[in-house]
Amino acid sequence: MKKSDKSAFSKNKIRNDIILAAVILIIAVAGLLFVKLTKTQGNTVVVKIDGVKAVEYSLEEDVRYEIKTGKNNEDINVLVIKDGKASITEADCPDGICKDYRPISYVGETIVCLPHKVVVEITGDATDISLDAVV
Amino acid sequence: MSKKAKKIALLGVLTSVALVLSYLESVLPPIWAAVPGIKVGLPNVVIIFLLYKFGVKEAAIVSFIRLFIVALLFGNVMTLAYSFAGALLSIVLMAICKKIKVFSVVGTSIVGGVAHNLGQILVAIFLFDTVQIGYYMIVLAITGTIAGVFIGLAGALLLKRLNKKSKE
Repeated sequence: MKKSDKSAFSKNKIRNDIILAAVILIIAVAGLLFVKLTKTQGNTVVVKIDGVKAVEYSLEEDVRYEIKTGKNNEDINVLVIKDGKASITEADCPDGICKDYRPISYVGETIVCLPHKVVVEITGDATDISLDAVV
Repeated sequence: MSKKAKKIALLGVLTSVALVLSYLESVLPPIWAAVPGIKVGLPNVVIIFLLYKFGVKEAAIVSFIRLFIVALLFGNVMTLAYSFAGALLSIVLMAICKKIKVFSVVGTSIVGGVAHNLGQILVAIFLFDTVQIGYYMIVLAITGTIAGVFIGLAGALLLKRLNKKSKE
């Protein structure tokens, strides 16, 4: 035990730890930059329940919609679209994490409610994306 | 007391320590409001301690009992699928890290933290059929690494202190 104790924090291992952390962070920051640079404004909000598309709305109109899930539609998440951004304002799921998300509006952004298996996703149709890219 | 009984008692105590840490984590305010649901992974201190002090078997048993009880107490059956995948991937990769002896406890903890997130995200992508969720992995990789460093340091400190004590 004593021997392995000594080698547990050898210089080599600490160096490897630092390399590991650096590699993960560099890859992640590169990924973040890529997402930031390529993100485009979306125009449609798609609600998926259990992986199946349930309803979709335009980001341009203000909407308040109750997403009902569960066996007897007893589970509720309230989707609100306001000022071109979508968010979940009320939910009766156990963790309530979906309510903590900041309003979303860019293509590919999602709000996920794991307990209710609800995903709110922003999409943009193809022509709009190319228009945005040109502008 | 026989050695076996002593070990079982210790594992029981550590399971409840992990449970208390899980609870503590669930009532703490969110660390980073931009990405909801992020956790530091405090219970992983116990898992890492067990992995290095005893072995994979003991660490895995405590880890799975913990998340099962957490699901019963605070969550629901749906969330169990995510936590199970996260914990499984985490413990497998941490065991490999310990075995190959390339990283210290801190490196193992980083791998465990990131793997926990990765396992959950993979299940979410699979269940929701939405690859977009994968975007979160980028942010979770960063937070998992940072959390892993602190959890690893705490685990290393715990191992050091308790080893000293048992020698006295």
